[in-house]
Amino acid sequence: MTDQQRDAAGGDVRLTGIGKTYGSFTAVHPLDLTVPQGSFFALLGASGCGKTTTLRMIAGLEEPTTGTVLIGGQDVTALPPYKRPVNTVFQSYALFPHLDIFENVAFGLRRRGRKDVRKQVDEMLELVELGPYARRKPHQLSGGQQQRVAVARALINHPQVLLLDEPLGALDLKLRRQMQLELKRIQTEVGITFVHVTHDQEEAMTMADTIAVMNGGRVEQLGAPAELYENPATTFVANFLGQSNLLPAEVTGSDGGDLLLTAAGGRLAVPKARCSTEARHVHLGVRPEKITIEHGSAEVADGRNRLAGTVLDSSFIGVSTQYLVRTDGGQEVTVFEQNMERDARIVPGAPVVLHWNPAHSFALDAAQAIDAGTAEEAA
Amino acid sequence: MTTTTPAAPPQVIPLAKAASKPKRKLTPYWLLLPGIAWLVVFFAVPMVYQASTSLQTGSLEAGFKVTWHVSTYWDALVEYKWHFVRSFSYAAIATVLCLVIGYPLAYTIAFKASKRWRNVILILVIAPFFTSFLIRTLAWKTILSDGGPVVGALNTLHVLDVTNALGLTSGDRVLATPLAVVCGLTYNFLPFMILPLYTSLERIDPRLHEAAGDLYARPFTTFRKVTFPISLPGVVAGTLLTFIPASGDYINAQLLGSPSEQMVGNGIQKQFLNVLDYPTAAALSFILMALILVMVTVYMRKAGTEELV
Repeated sequence: MTDQQRDAAGGDVRLTGIGKTYGSFTAVHPLDLTVPQGSFFALLGASGCGKTTTLRMIAGLEEPTTGTVLIGGQDVTALPPYKRPVNTVFQSYALFPHLDIFENVAFGLRRRGRKDVRKQVDEMLELVELGPYARRKPHQLSGGQQQRVAVARALINHPQVLLLDEPLGALDLKLRRQMQLELKRIQTEVGITFVHVTHDQEEAMTMADTIAVMNGGRVEQLGAPAELYENPATTFVANFLGQSNLLPAEVTGSDGGDLLLTAAGGRLAVPKARCSTEARHVHLGVRPEKITIEHGSAEVADGRNRLAGTVLDSSFIGVSTQYLVRTDGGQEVTVFEQNMERDARIVPGAPVVLHWNPAHSFALDAAQAIDAGTAEEAA
Repeated sequence: MTTTTPAAPPQVIPLAKAASKPKRKLTPYWLLLPGIAWLVVFFAVPMVYQASTSLQTGSLEAGFKVTWHVSTYWDALVEYKWHFVRSFSYAAIATVLCLVIGYPLAYTIAFKASKRWRNVILILVIAPFFTSFLIRTLAWKTILSDGGPVVGALNTLHVLDVTNALGLTSGDRVLATPLAVVCGLTYNFLPFMILPLYTSLERIDPRLHEAAGDLYARPFTTFRKVTFPISLPGVVAGTLLTFIPASGDYINAQLLGSPSEQMVGNGIQKQFLNVLDYPTAAALSFILMALILVMVTVYMRKAGTEELV
């Protein structure tokens, strides 16, 4: 997020020092966040992390305890929801049960005194492929159709920002994948800013340009999906986004651009640039799919991180095989191996050697809980 | 949700079993029996009995005989036409007042009150039922008594001038005027309005209010376009539960009104218990029932509740 982007304010959302407390409970610690115009921004976190509260403060449904909300350069902190240039797609859609689909979609236009709504509503229903359902009541539609009505009802008002509160939460897996692509298509087509709240890390990574990972009312890390995945800044992000092997390690020295450390009974390296701490004690992280597993007798090229161990368990998942390996230092490491050329000797009990490119490692401050974010991991 | 195919086969088996055992098919009817018996004994039989009574002629001494004397109906209607007019207008005014008083209260209980207060207020709404209808109505006699604080206050605020002009009161007294009867009816039937309203309001998802606000509706527009239309089934149920018993009521008119405020209920009571003209009393009851049925049907058609429920 550069200053240049910030100056190009159109429909960008800027939160400065925004926080929310309920009595003695802090739902959202004062945070600063800028969502650039036209981007697809995801607030990702487990339930109760403050992501929905943050969204509701942008919508005006929740009054912030501190801080200000700016939309397109205009301070809207004191404005009620009906005066803000935003629209929301609610978690359970909140369609009006007494109105048909046409009137649900036309609701916002009518409230702003538009006279000729028919053409616009018809076009919007075409966009979400619900033209023939205009005269049905919401309860006569399936979950996926209701979801599209909710999106249409919000989008027809051409808001500067569209807020989506777990919009796909109630759908089954297959439909959810389909709607993810659909929403992404609509966003690209209409080009307005989307702020999407979700607890589903896959959903956030599929759809968003930028993700803010929230935990305990704070933003843990903010960045592009690949950046968060490849270079997590906290143990929470490392565990919540995908899966990570985190090994307690001690920094012993440095060699050029690399830090040298000992962990799990081996001497390992990690690029300084991928080390988010100065501490001596760190958690060394590596994603399970970055590790190559070979039989203990195999030769490993120089310059790769290398750990010896024994296979504890292996499970075949189709595209890959998941191995659980106990290293000679006593740590358990998970490895995902593509099923291309399987070595029949790698079975539980077999000695193996694990090796990976040091550039795929990352190091995090050991002051954090090593298992943060594992329990909350959602499907 | 869409993949229900594995669940289908086990459903077939119990169905086949049920078909082979006709006994099971009868179970629902056996369960209906007590209710049907109740309706037959306490509704159908009395109705037939009253219908036959209304077509009899004679006197208590000479005995009554069914003579198909249909003109009893016409005579009763002519004699008691003003009673009917009063019954329906008092009941209508009381129903409107109940709605005006009850809706804000039900709305507050459903949306504004905390969980603890919600129960407290609901108990307060029902609390009057713990004392008898008669005693509650008699209490209003004291409340509205001549020269009492309520009448004094209404007089000072010039409310009585307005009600005098409307013909609801006369002079500086409230007791023994239409206003007193309407007050009694409103008070006695208010819970029947509040409870159905509360039930229908309480079911409304508060997110619908948020959604309306999000779609540029001001709070009052949200009420007009979302909350009120969705609560219409409750309004219909409440108005029916208030209007129907209020039109047939005679206690309020008896205790709080004068002879010139008498309602149809008073007429029926007088014919049954004082005059002992059973055919006229029965005919009046049927006319009242028929008129209420017609009004309710027209009202339900207008409100179009079938679509809402």
